[in-house]
Amino acid sequence: MVQPFLVEEHPFDSLIRADRMPHIWCPGCGIGIVMRCYAQAIIKSGIDLEKHVVVSGIGCSGRVAGYMNSDSYHTTHGRAIPFAMGLKLANPELCVTVFSGDGDLAAIGGNHLIHAARRNIDITVICANNFNFGMTGGQMGPTTPYGAMSTTSPYGCPEHPFNLVNLLAAAGANFVSRWTTIHVRQVIDDVLYAFNKSGFSFIEVLAPCPIGFGKSNDLEQGIDEMLLYRERCVHKPDTPLDQLGIDLREDQPIYVGRFVDREAPAYQPIIAEDEA
Amino acid sequence: MKVFARTPINLSELKIPRGRVYLILERCKGCNLCIELCPQQVLQVSEMTNEKGYHYPEIRSDREDACVHCEFCTMVCPEFAIYTLEVEE
Amino acid sequence: MTASEILTGRHFMNGDHACAEGAIAAGCRFFGGYPITPSTEIAERLSRRMPQIGGVCIQMEDEMGSMASVLGASAAGARAMTATSGPGFSLMMENIGLAAMMELPSLVVNVQRGSPSTGLPTLPGQADVMQARWGSHGDYGVVAYAPWSPQEFFDLTVHSFNVADRYRIPVLLMADEVVGHMVERVEIPEADEIPYWGRKRPKGSKKDFKPFEALDADLVPPLAHAGEGYRLHFTGLTHDERGYPDMSAETHQALVTRLVEKINRNAKDLIRTETYHLEGARVVVIAFGSTARSARRAVRVARERGLPVGFLRLVSLWPFAEQLIRDLAKDVDAFVMAEMNLGQMIREVERHVEQPVLGVNHAGGAMLASEPILEAIEKVTKNGSTLSR
Repeated sequence: MVQPFLVEEHPFDSLIRADRMPHIWCPGCGIGIVMRCYAQAIIKSGIDLEKHVVVSGIGCSGRVAGYMNSDSYHTTHGRAIPFAMGLKLANPELCVTVFSGDGDLAAIGGNHLIHAARRNIDITVICANNFNFGMTGGQMGPTTPYGAMSTTSPYGCPEHPFNLVNLLAAAGANFVSRWTTIHVRQVIDDVLYAFNKSGFSFIEVLAPCPIGFGKSNDLEQGIDEMLLYRERCVHKPDTPLDQLGIDLREDQPIYVGRFVDREAPAYQPIIAEDEA
Repeated sequence: MKVFARTPINLSELKIPRGRVYLILERCKGCNLCIELCPQQVLQVSEMTNEKGYHYPEIRSDREDACVHCEFCTMVCPEFAIYTLEVEE
Repeated sequence: MTASEILTGRHFMNGDHACAEGAIAAGCRFFGGYPITPSTEIAERLSRRMPQIGGVCIQMEDEMGSMASVLGASAAGARAMTATSGPGFSLMMENIGLAAMMELPSLVVNVQRGSPSTGLPTLPGQADVMQARWGSHGDYGVVAYAPWSPQEFFDLTVHSFNVADRYRIPVLLMADEVVGHMVERVEIPEADEIPYWGRKRPKGSKKDFKPFEALDADLVPPLAHAGEGYRLHFTGLTHDERGYPDMSAETHQALVTRLVEKINRNAKDLIRTETYHLEGARVVVIAFGSTARSARRAVRVARERGLPVGFLRLVSLWPFAEQLIRDLAKDVDAFVMAEMNLGQMIREVERHVEQPVLGVNHAGGAMLASEPILEAIEKVTKNGSTLSR
């Protein structure tokens, strides 16, 4: 055995609040991976970190705002997107990213999600989808797969989950893609693409939640879910949107890719001709 | 199945990068993602632990020079705890 | 003809419109709201005016989104507001608490209707005044004003933005449907006559700046905006002076106490009242908003009949003018509290005085007339005491 070089600092420490490391997420949790992808996309964007703003909601994914070393706002449950809209409309020079989870964005935040997509507001939304409400102990949520176990679905989830890609596409988002935490290069590329793309961008990243979700669903460790992604994900961006539902039962593929990439005009506040 | 693969003309000039692994011990939470997902099987679980009790990765003796700086461990570590830098020859 | 930003001059204007013009005169450039009677005219007016002056007026999908968008705009440096009525006010409460916790300047106008619930959307009420004080969960300081005319609606909108900026709070402007919908003379001053108090801004090194450290006696920390390079973290969680979440009882005690004391300590500068005929008064009538118009008439008629009655109009509802009330109580036999609810502000009066306080109440739906107030004055002055409500 050979010891790796032991150091005290990471090359990304200027982008994160290194004084708060290690962060609170569980061993094997995928949120840290998505956050690192976001940080790398910031570096590659060439946009000064001072112009990047991250807004998050409540939940484990919501804690990202507290760890990023940019202006960051950890808002109320489900309200990250309208808060981000206020920021962007008041100062269009900001590069505003909403980083939140499936529960925060699609349950309580669902209304704001679809309306912001409808308006095609020029923000990027990164959704770390770990199929449950993790922070509060692993309750079912709007993306929990049918039949999956959770603390509020002890007989298996009786509801069918959202197909978020289809939802956002129908709502009018300019850019919708889905990857997982094993597709790190693609996540970085898509976040970077979204920064530069005008209009509403939504990037769903499936992430392991070993304690909240995995433990009761035969995915005890983060690596188990990562291997599941590796095995079952199929890159097929031309899949019809209504066939993109996620089913974690055996032999069901999980489709990933860039599914929507349109050029509809982004929301612009009106400028009126002067009139009395 | 016979695989037809052509040998690149510039194979002798091709340099496979070499990487060196750096670890921030106290950030590691022993999730093993880097160990399991390294395409070169460079890492293994250490028997030793950090202050929090997590078994961190160490380099396998027989894979010491196998790291090609693909940066996958860097990208897949949720803790900002491990990264590689390219070794200049 | 070009629209100027500030419509200086004399107008005959609807109260809601006067509020909208007050916002523009105060430099508000962001409105995020949801239509709700009887405040809709504010949104409608601003949807026409904001595009003319380079502002943003966006109709959000609901009231929670409205308040959140206002806070985002404020965090980016804009003077931002929303307008609503009772049902929307209830929905906004969580984010009003967020505004208090993040200390983001903002203005929430509540044009009160008959309540509770859907109530009487097109008719007045004043039953949200305790909700204004205690509506969001937790302890936090509140500043709320109640206009009694379109002119005052204009003036208090300007003032509310100044207070919001100065103290880093959500100010609650509690109008009622009568004031919101009536049409009256409004004089809009020249631009340089409109008072403007800016936000306290950070000085010194960006790196060392602590966004929630209040070093001044007023307990207000300086505010840095998004994109200015301060790299701040704002959270609704209990946080320390760096803004980082801190799960300790000590930090919580210190933070929440400061949010409450921020208002208590500055109460003198925040309280606004108008007094009439207090010299020699044995009975004082207290009222606010449109009810004050009836109360003023009742007091005038009572005085014409020789009754020694004075009138205290609350312009600020919170912080409550407790010192003034206690001072009045030294020379006064009784109070009459007239309000368009079944007894809310009266509790504040009662807890500060030992004299009887007779309430004149109506649940809402019609402006509280002056006759019942006059009857109460007569009852109190003739009988010398009254008390059952």
